[in-house]
Amino acid sequence: MVTSSHSRPGTPSPAGSTPPPSEPDGPRNTTKRSAAAAHWSIQQRTAIWIRKHGVAPYLLLLPATAIIGALIVWPAVQVGLFSFQNYGLMQISGVLPAQWVGFANYSQILHDPEFWQSLKTSVYFALVVVPLTMIIGTLVGLLLVRLGSKMRTFVSVSALLAWATPAVSASVIFVWLVDPDGGVVDWALAKLPSWLGGGAQWAGFSWTNATLPAYTVLTVMLVWTGFPFIAVTVLAALRTLPSELLEAARVDGAGPWRTFWKVTFPILRPVFLVLALLSTIWDFGMFTQAYIVTGDLGNRDEYNLGLYEYSQAFTQPPHYGLASAAAFVLTIILLIVTVGYVRAAIKQGSLA
Amino acid sequence: MTSVRVSGRAVANRAGSGRGGRRLFARASRKAALNLAGVLVALFALFPVLWMISTAFKPANEIYSLTPQPIPLHPTLANFRSVFSGSVIGMSYWNFLKNSLFITVVSVAVSSLVGLLAAIALGRFKFRFRTTYLIMLLIVQLLPQQALVVSLFIDFRKVNLLDTLVGLIAVYIAFALPVTIWMLRNFAATVPKELEEAAAIDGAGAWTRFWHILLPMVSPGLVATSVFAFIFAYNEFVFALTFLGTDTAKFTLPLYVQYFYGQNSTDWGAIMASSTLFTIPVLVFFLITQRRLASGLVAGAVKG
Repeated sequence: MVTSSHSRPGTPSPAGSTPPPSEPDGPRNTTKRSAAAAHWSIQQRTAIWIRKHGVAPYLLLLPATAIIGALIVWPAVQVGLFSFQNYGLMQISGVLPAQWVGFANYSQILHDPEFWQSLKTSVYFALVVVPLTMIIGTLVGLLLVRLGSKMRTFVSVSALLAWATPAVSASVIFVWLVDPDGGVVDWALAKLPSWLGGGAQWAGFSWTNATLPAYTVLTVMLVWTGFPFIAVTVLAALRTLPSELLEAARVDGAGPWRTFWKVTFPILRPVFLVLALLSTIWDFGMFTQAYIVTGDLGNRDEYNLGLYEYSQAFTQPPHYGLASAAAFVLTIILLIVTVGYVRAAIKQGSLA
Repeated sequence: MTSVRVSGRAVANRAGSGRGGRRLFARASRKAALNLAGVLVALFALFPVLWMISTAFKPANEIYSLTPQPIPLHPTLANFRSVFSGSVIGMSYWNFLKNSLFITVVSVAVSSLVGLLAAIALGRFKFRFRTTYLIMLLIVQLLPQQALVVSLFIDFRKVNLLDTLVGLIAVYIAFALPVTIWMLRNFAATVPKELEEAAAIDGAGAWTRFWHILLPMVSPGLVATSVFAFIFAYNEFVFALTFLGTDTAKFTLPLYVQYFYGQNSTDWGAIMASSTLFTIPVLVFFLITQRRLASGLVAGAVKG
């Protein structure tokens, strides 16, 4: 009560509610203050000016805004500009000026079968990996909540180590696991009984030289990287569920399957939406892992959209304009996905 | 694990046909099954990393053996020796560790400081463009990094920042900032205004209030955001690949591991040794900080 009545007279801004700079000294220091007033340094005057005009928040935001503006916002704008220019080797070396070419870059990309191939690869990959990661992550989350506390910590920390493993390490490790000479996966598959799909044909099988096997490896890798984050988030969300609800469902004779779909899932839907969105953005935009596993831009038919875009700019000769147009398309797709998820979230009232 | 199984069996023997005994047995076996599933999940998660470490300590004849062993029979340090001697790039692992540490430490320090200032503005002040700014921060996070790399490459080429660690640091700061600000904002907002006012009445200046009130209360968040910025900068590959190009002396660790793999893609022992030396520090760092990371994350997320 006291504090609220105390703060009421002030304006909502703390800059306004802080007393004028001379006041904190209080009446005791009147003489000292008036003596000092004549000799206020430039620093003190600046401080007073800042408070009087409420510019403090803007000053505090200035460095961050400058950095984000120069290194994220401006480059994003510039990508948009480049996508309408014939920016290439001549332009970057300053021999020729860049020319505006309208939608020529876009039309060239949209008529490029490699673009459609790479887009298809990205879409199929996301369509497989996102649900797979979500299902496995959720199952592990449901498992974690049922474990004793020591076992839970052990399993979740182990899983998070997979999540924390750098993408470059993960890629190199998985390439080694599936190496045709000495890789443990081919060895294990060859040892597997034939009714499980194993057999001698797996010995020396090369995983990285064709699109489907390479993306199978990438699928396992991204599920391995992605499931811990989902499991731990689902676990945290599950622990906020009121236990009476689950108890009530059990008393009413609902099995675990029904309980999950009728009680747990509807309540946790906002969490699942966010996780699905994040997974889609990560998996659709995958670059590092695909770059290493498919062999450094060497295999054009194994490109996904990220590799396609990057190769336009960074294989000889460079086509920065085309790369920018591809980057723009990639960004637009991700924005559409995001807007879709946000709309779904708003529809279900989970953003309210 | 064993104790569970033993008690389950004991219960089954003792209970015989008793109904309560059967239920106890069912519960014990359920628990054993859950624990078994947990162990399998942990194995799936740990296996690739464990295999990497194991390979790094194996002599060549064990690496290419017809029956791979999970644990090296004759562990050797030869693979690590070839990584440290710099037999491939002509420079030792230490050089690249130094580059990576320099880049991560500077970018984490700057992004934490700059991010904290912005978070104070957004969390503790009401001003005209506050909501706009927050929405902008969210949108900025959606821009895919490989979409910006072309544009930044051309800009950096103009101002001679290619092949420099400074250019890379600048990019890492910029990409760590939106997340840092977004998370710290919640922490800055939760510091009670009355506390600060009371301190002001007691004669504490802005600096004292920042140092003794605000900073201790945002420090859990600061730890979490620093860990994030650290892991991001330490692991980052696309910008390093694009900006450092051919200047091998300036390579960061991820680029070094990838290059090392590209240069001798048959010497898996040495590749796994380089990858181990790159991966283990970040995993240890993560293990040390994960408890505080979790609390910082939860607090930052829940108090939205």
